[in-house]
Amino acid sequence: MSSLARWGRRSRPFFTLYMPTMPFVLFALFPLYFMLVTSFKKNAELYDVNSVPFWIGRGVTFGHYELLSKDTFFWSWFVNSLMVSVAATVISVVLGVLAAYPLARLKFPGAESFGVAIFITYLVPPTLLFLPLSTVVNRLGLSDSLWALVVTYPTFLVPFCTWLLMGYFRTVPKEIEECAMLDGCNRLQTLIRILLPVAVPGVICAALFAFTLSWNEFLYSLVFVSPAELKTLTVGVFSELIRGDIYYWGGLMAGACIGSFPIVIAYVFFLDYYVSGLTAGAVK
Amino acid sequence: MGAPPDIGRLIAPTGRRPRGRGSSMERVIRLKTLNGRLKALDGDVAKVATGGEARARAWSELVVQDTPVAYTFIAPAFFLLLFLVAYPFVLSVWFSLSDARVGDAGVFVGLDNFRRLLTSSIFLQTLQNSIVFTALALGLKTALGMALALLLFRITKFKRLIRGAVLLPFIVPTALSTLVWWWMFEPMYSVVNWTLKALHIVNRDIPWLPDPYLAMFTVILVNTWRGLPFFAITLLAGLVSIPRELYEAAESDGAGPVGRFWHVTLPLLKPVLAVVILFSTIFTLADFNIVYVLTKGGPMNMTHLFATYSFALGLQSGQIGQGAAVSLFLFPILLFVVFVQLRTVRKSTIYE
Repeated sequence: MSSLARWGRRSRPFFTLYMPTMPFVLFALFPLYFMLVTSFKKNAELYDVNSVPFWIGRGVTFGHYELLSKDTFFWSWFVNSLMVSVAATVISVVLGVLAAYPLARLKFPGAESFGVAIFITYLVPPTLLFLPLSTVVNRLGLSDSLWALVVTYPTFLVPFCTWLLMGYFRTVPKEIEECAMLDGCNRLQTLIRILLPVAVPGVICAALFAFTLSWNEFLYSLVFVSPAELKTLTVGVFSELIRGDIYYWGGLMAGACIGSFPIVIAYVFFLDYYVSGLTAGAVK
Repeated sequence: MGAPPDIGRLIAPTGRRPRGRGSSMERVIRLKTLNGRLKALDGDVAKVATGGEARARAWSELVVQDTPVAYTFIAPAFFLLLFLVAYPFVLSVWFSLSDARVGDAGVFVGLDNFRRLLTSSIFLQTLQNSIVFTALALGLKTALGMALALLLFRITKFKRLIRGAVLLPFIVPTALSTLVWWWMFEPMYSVVNWTLKALHIVNRDIPWLPDPYLAMFTVILVNTWRGLPFFAITLLAGLVSIPRELYEAAESDGAGPVGRFWHVTLPLLKPVLAVVILFSTIFTLADFNIVYVLTKGGPMNMTHLFATYSFALGLQSGQIGQGAAVSLFLFPILLFVVFVQLRTVRKSTIYE
């Protein structure tokens, strides 16, 4: 075989596989790269139509990040998002574990109906219910407080966690629990001491998704909380950095970068969990 | 409800994964599972010692005790969903049948809101927008998602890196990532226009967001960008679950790559494909963030979807009744998806 033919065969995956994949990778990453580049660019360069937009040509600035810290409630928004997301995640995972266990393991009247109900609420998009929910939140006296979000985020997180954990619990062999129960453990003890330690990956997965969905939530936060200092990060960056006709593009991008950062870090460390949660959510 | 085909598990980090070495974290988890099984084995020995009959009796007693325990465990989730999903839904139906406004409970007006909506040109435009938006975005995501899944399936070098990169748009907060798309299509400083001009494809700025049709194109593009990873990764999970032998058999029967795709991959991927498309139908149709951030429904209501129009009517102009009626148009589609989904789930348990 000539060396040319061998070279052709060895480089074939490059042309048929890696080259066609590149546009997808570029498409996925370019906006995020552009977000980062914009946030470090000086205004003079940012608003110069003749400068090349793809990289930073005239020096890096932290001015946009300073603007965020000094002129806005940015770090309050960050802390608000963090508190709401952690609280909503803890509530949802606990309720999800408790509801998923009987659905996966126990025989009781109404099991099927409740399973279907969970499935339907899992598919209810938040956009269907934001109007009546704002009335409910008002009546509970929670509007314009972060509690409004802590209470309402679980409405879409609990069905998700329950569904995901139900699938996960079913993959754990039943026999493990049967023995514990014959040794005198009750159901709660069995769940906590026997099943949960084995199901840690499922719980981590549910918690990661619950946190990500809370952190990324936009509509409820926009509708239920209006004082500037009480906003969550996604809403704060969007609504407080556009003043009338003035767009602080550098600041907007800086806010978007910091706002995406915790999720991206979690994602880098727990990629496999994200992948399994994503597909489990759809396929199970 | 039976267990649907469990494709997610195939790539879940539980040690059941068919390929790959796994991280140290996974190994620890696998060890723990092993410990659990060993303990279970000890238990089995104990059970044999107590005798079969006693064991059976003990077990049936436990089943009788199940019901109160099950209800206790389910109660918190049940009441949460009752008060914050079911009740608001009923409230939403009531609003849609009343002339409620902000600060005014309103009175029953029957189907007036719906009648008025169906003769309102803005609502009919919203209906048309929703169909166009959902159909085109779904089509793009399905076609590109399938292509990307097939590529990712064959990739061996930098596998994790590439998969991680293409999944990223799905993880980043949509409201924030849509801001950068807005900046990329900004009228004066658009990087897209800059590139097109630099390549001499166009010689003046394209009005991406002020033009109604281009604005629709832009929101579809951003929705595709965000939703593509979901399609790709889920279809990839489906591809992984197809037995290799089927491809070998097809190959020995003389099927080329295209033939193998049409006769092996596509038929076996159909259930996963159906689920992904059904799922995405709801969440594409119900999209709020992208349209609200990029266009607020404009220009001239040409990109309004149900959610953004309902928001504009119900909160911005305070017509809660009308707003609720608009958002309820999502409900029949939701029911349809649930119905189809539950039917396919049931069917697949029969074949299992």
